[in-house]
Amino acid sequence: MNRRTFTSLLVLSIFLLGLPKLANAYVLSIATLILFFAYAGQAWNVMMGFAGQLSLGHSLYVGVGAYAAAGLYFHYGIGPWAGIWLAIALCVLLGAAIGFLAFRFGISGVYFALLTIAFAEFTRIGFDHIDWLGGPGGLFIKVENREGWDLVNLRGAPEMFYYVMLFLAAGALLLCCLLLKSRAGYYWQAIRENEEAAQALGINTFRWKMLAVVISSAMTAVAGVFFAFYYNNLFPEQIFHISRSIEIILGPIIGGIGTLFGPIFGAAVLIILADGITEILAALGWEFPGVKQVFYGVVLLLVVMFLPHGIWPTLAKRMGVSR
Amino acid sequence: MQLDQVANLVIAGLLTGLVYGLMALGLSVIFGVVRVVNFAHGEMMTIAMYAAVVLFAAFGLDPFLSVVPVAAAFFVFGYALQAGVINPFITRPEHSQFMLLVAVAIIMVNALLIIFGPSARNVQLDYLLESIELGPLLVDRGKLYAALVACATSALLFAFFKFARAGKAIRACADNFLGAKVVGLNVSRYYALTFGLGSACLAVAGCMMILLVDVTPVLGPAYTLLAFVIVIVGGLGSMSGALLGGVLIGVSEAMAGLFIQPSAKSMFSFGLLILVLLFRPQGLLGRKA
Repeated sequence: MNRRTFTSLLVLSIFLLGLPKLANAYVLSIATLILFFAYAGQAWNVMMGFAGQLSLGHSLYVGVGAYAAAGLYFHYGIGPWAGIWLAIALCVLLGAAIGFLAFRFGISGVYFALLTIAFAEFTRIGFDHIDWLGGPGGLFIKVENREGWDLVNLRGAPEMFYYVMLFLAAGALLLCCLLLKSRAGYYWQAIRENEEAAQALGINTFRWKMLAVVISSAMTAVAGVFFAFYYNNLFPEQIFHISRSIEIILGPIIGGIGTLFGPIFGAAVLIILADGITEILAALGWEFPGVKQVFYGVVLLLVVMFLPHGIWPTLAKRMGVSR
Repeated sequence: MQLDQVANLVIAGLLTGLVYGLMALGLSVIFGVVRVVNFAHGEMMTIAMYAAVVLFAAFGLDPFLSVVPVAAAFFVFGYALQAGVINPFITRPEHSQFMLLVAVAIIMVNALLIIFGPSARNVQLDYLLESIELGPLLVDRGKLYAALVACATSALLFAFFKFARAGKAIRACADNFLGAKVVGLNVSRYYALTFGLGSACLAVAGCMMILLVDVTPVLGPAYTLLAFVIVIVGGLGSMSGALLGGVLIGVSEAMAGLFIQPSAKSMFSFGLLILVLLFRPQGLLGRKA
């Protein structure tokens, strides 16, 4: 990390820590959303950006994580301090099972992506039939303690959720930074660039790919727990939907796959621009459902066509900071 | 449960399955030749369905007639999409192609949502409600005609690839990219031609599908996934596999309503997809790569 990167990070941290003092409720909710997608994108990036395994079914882990913690809280009053471990355990099991099946049977590329979609869709329809978790009618967590700070039960003010998400996003960034510099990080990049060559060098590609899936699914499970307690309602139709998976991966793709700040930058660009556009259109009286998504689509199209490595790598070079 | 009731369901599933098969055929042909997975496949089909609805509402055109202009328009659209947007991506990594088509799909779904709104549209024709009696069996006229059109279109496509010069050239491009270039074929033109043909197939399937179901914008992603299931089950890139997969999924969806909750029927399809991916990734009729 050079000096410029350090200073920029410091300024950004101070800004983000002080944001709730400056911002109104709307801005704070946007900031929380950006941090949420930055975090989830970071988790997805471990699998795709680092190890080169394209998952289009990350909504599976968000959903299972969310339902695990919310179910415990709803039925037994056990808070997310315990639920989060159940969520992580379930998602790690799921991720390991999918990874094991896929990598043992030699499924890669398009087929692997389709397999992840199939598992997410299978689970979505399955959850529609679990009455214990509300089925298609949804699962609702009671909103309470909107002024306080109950971190153990994740019940509290919007500022609390903001800081929790900020902490998670910063933690994910740090973890990814360490991972990328570790033995695993180098092995993953070798596998991503050329799996056969990596194997020929004696890297146990199966084991390292499994590790990427497990870490990624565990991280995404935590995002799911946060989602459940922040929004207080869960519907299988929404949380497991493929468009949710795509939303998660938009940030890293627009920001820059495989980079550390790409997912954060991409999520910020996308959400700020999309909300800006929605606001402007609303001011003009053009409120149609779908306008925001068309905008997402156009940005994505332009980025994949003209900046295949994402916006951040180009920008970082210009600014003289590390990626 | 009576036997003729089951037989009726099987026939209805078979007829719907043939239309599914035609839709999947488009996807399979495009993948088999261009090696790009069209992630906007279902979205393109809903556009064809809306086109049929609009033509019916504006000019009273029967979807069996609007097949011709819609297919022609889709051929041009598919050709242009491949030549203009997708072609530079042929040599890019898979995830890049994926994201490109996901972007196209997102734009399509939401553009439809903005134009037509979220409510369901359909085409109302009297004869669609009639059925033909064949002994103890009742066959839906609309379904029967739709399936016949699907069969005829598939047969035409098969014949094109078997006998036409351009069809043979396309097969050469699919077989050996470099070899086709060496013998002087304009590969990117044939790729665009293939994408156009696949889209035209899809347009026909869309016009037939509007006779069977109501259309809403959100059907797009669902049909994309359905097309994937069918094509993977049959064998990605295999033409007869797509038709077989379509019939298989059509019949099993119809039968699933009898044995399990109707809302769980696509769970069966995705379960099947997972099993086929794991144990026979080349599909039921596909060749090993």
